[in-house]
Amino acid sequence: MSVQAHDSHGLIEWLPLVLVTLLTLTYLAAAYAQRTTAAGWSLWRCGFLVLGSVLLAVAVLPSMMTWAHHDLRGHMVAHLLIGMLAPMVWVLAAPVTLLLRALPQAGGRRVAALLQSRPIRFVSHPVSALSLNIGGMYVLYLTPLYAASLDNQALHYWLHLHFLVAGYLFCWAILAEPDASPHRLSLRFRLGILFIAIAAHSLLGKLMYGYLWPRDTGNGVEEIRFAAQLMYYGGDLAELLLAVVLLSLWLRKPIDRREALLSSATPT
Amino acid sequence: MNLPTSSRDDARRSLWAAVLVGIGVMAGVDEIVFHQLLQWHHFFDRATPTIGIISDGVLHAVELLAIVIGVFLLIDLSQRKRLAISWAWAGFFCGMGGFQLFDGIVNHKLLRLHQIRYEVEPFIYDLSWNFAALVLLLVGGWLYRRAKRMGRG
Repeated sequence: MSVQAHDSHGLIEWLPLVLVTLLTLTYLAAAYAQRTTAAGWSLWRCGFLVLGSVLLAVAVLPSMMTWAHHDLRGHMVAHLLIGMLAPMVWVLAAPVTLLLRALPQAGGRRVAALLQSRPIRFVSHPVSALSLNIGGMYVLYLTPLYAASLDNQALHYWLHLHFLVAGYLFCWAILAEPDASPHRLSLRFRLGILFIAIAAHSLLGKLMYGYLWPRDTGNGVEEIRFAAQLMYYGGDLAELLLAVVLLSLWLRKPIDRREALLSSATPT
Repeated sequence: MNLPTSSRDDARRSLWAAVLVGIGVMAGVDEIVFHQLLQWHHFFDRATPTIGIISDGVLHAVELLAIVIGVFLLIDLSQRKRLAISWAWAGFFCGMGGFQLFDGIVNHKLLRLHQIRYEVEPFIYDLSWNFAALVLLLVGGWLYRRAKRMGRG
């Protein structure tokens, strides 16, 4: 591994941070413009966006990336921030809804059509989002892919982009609110998918801990075990948060419009 | 207006929501106290057959979601002013005791997923484990009967 090459922070190393900053400023500008409209735009949502951006910015700082690159523990922390926490908070900021409102009518209609298009409907379905997210992690850690990503800069960046996109799609698919979503799936179905995600995630953590995956990376036993536990407990915390957020959104609805959670008979 | 049915409905809902919380809390206590604090059995058990690891992942998901869903169901019921508190307490203890007994008999003895403690004679541990489960269940049963009596009164 070329640690020296990563310590000399070139411009490219700052690129993710610059992109996050640009996205954040664009959102805030659009939100500011909404202030004068009748519907307005909630400060809470702006707060969620900034929080998500801060979490993501911490994860893509060049020094953090360097740590994540040659230490599996650093990689897990970054993965947790990029793949789970930041996306969840970003979904709460409802960026798609803001985009639909901010664009001129024709552009808004085009985005709305895009949201209903087959490819977007497919990847934003909870089942495909789950496969992309957790399935991708199984592929990454249980195959030589992770070892390969250590030597290949492009693959390394691609991987983190995948974490972010897959994590975002998953949180978006599970919450389906408050942002505009292409699907109308029942709360029970989404809870079921979240259940599978928690089980699959903790299973992967245990497999990595017990059988010392990912292999051929020069990571010591202690390092892998610590990283696996980070994944297990950290992933837990993130998924627990997602469940709490999902049910809080449910509880926020007026009593008579709340979908029944368990039994099919709605209490009236 | 069908009052008797609806109050029986509330009792049933309150009971089951609290059973979920009880199961989740007991599983959480098991994991935090015996796995993490005492480290009697471990994060990953070399002696455990692969099926044990898989069931562990599933159990873990059950435990997390049971607490969250149960708590939110109880909040929902209370917002509807339909929470039957005495039934909820009965359900909570029955859930805790039921899970403890299930864990002690099915997981530890029948499936042999893991034991409470290793390198010692497990009998006394098994005995106290299942005894604790029975005590919780008895408390749950007593609360259940009390809730039923109060419902009639």
